[in-house]
Amino acid sequence: MGKVLVVTSGKGGVGKTTSTAALGAALARGGENVVVIDFDVGLRNLDLVMGAERRVVFDLINVVQGDAKLAQALIRDKRIDTLSLLPASQTRDKDALTIEGVDKVIAELKEKFDWVICDSPAGIERGALLAMRNADLAVVVTNPEVSSVRDSDRIIGMLDSKTLKAERGERIEKFLLVTRYDPQRAARNEMLKVDDVLEILSVPLLGIIPESEEVLKASNIGAPVTLNNPNSAPSKAYFDAARRLKGETVEVVVPMDRKGFMGRLFGRRVA
Amino acid sequence: MSLFDIFRKRTTAPVARDRLQVLLAHERSVIGKSDLIALLQEEILAVIAKHVSVDRDAVQIKLDRGSSFSTLEIDVEVPLDAKVKKPTTEAGVPASA
Repeated sequence: MGKVLVVTSGKGGVGKTTSTAALGAALARGGENVVVIDFDVGLRNLDLVMGAERRVVFDLINVVQGDAKLAQALIRDKRIDTLSLLPASQTRDKDALTIEGVDKVIAELKEKFDWVICDSPAGIERGALLAMRNADLAVVVTNPEVSSVRDSDRIIGMLDSKTLKAERGERIEKFLLVTRYDPQRAARNEMLKVDDVLEILSVPLLGIIPESEEVLKASNIGAPVTLNNPNSAPSKAYFDAARRLKGETVEVVVPMDRKGFMGRLFGRRVA
Repeated sequence: MSLFDIFRKRTTAPVARDRLQVLLAHERSVIGKSDLIALLQEEILAVIAKHVSVDRDAVQIKLDRGSSFSTLEIDVEVPLDAKVKKPTTEAGVPASA
């Protein structure tokens, strides 16, 4: 029986889809059987970030409504055969997703895969609730920035009250993934430190993903960053996070991309 | 303001942390429950309206939420010719309140 993981945040643009793809690929690299599901109906992007946008035939809604079999809608990754994608619909109305339909699809996926990773849409409405509904674990993606932290707090409250686990009186396991972190700016007290965010949200830390050019480079190409450049700083952080998800104890460090001479000279970005 | 404060103000992250702590302490207490300050505001106004006819627009309300305490300031102008209402029945609060 696989585990269901939701990647969520409340706020948009903090790195849910990037993290879903990167963690999914990192787990699959480690030999786990992984499926990533896009719950952002109407604004799907996981297919694009994974480089599978031209291979989408059927989607989650087709499966939910019985127009396609699950096996027909799953897209197997060309780079790792233990990684699959279930895309969202780009054209259909998001109300086409039903609770019963989603529950059935997730139950079926849990039989086939070790990890079912749900990429939540932004917001706290129906789509986000459906994405978190069946979750055993949650990764809350947060930027070290006030609006993101506030929205994460709201989402944590919803994870504790609106998921099936919460309704059964069980505890959903929650982890914080701090993305776009710049240790230098944090050291200069220009950016919230990870410890501040952890203290405010009081959720255990899954990892710290440093701000890096590699993330954009990977999405330009259509590859999870952990596959595109496995030795880059964000990839190392995602690989460590994936190991922690599996229950391993890994010391938290913030890997940094190595800069050349010119990079060090001009590296201080005007922010 | 001391010289120390001038240097302290230049860093913004501690300000962000403090603002978040105050805000979230409040939001967590409000979501799912009724907000005490908002409740007090409604009930105080209802009590005043029970005895004096007060134009709701002439009431000034200031609210400042802090980490350890919040202040609620209600400023009601009672005109000189305001008539003392007859105490209403037990249910008390007139519909206009």
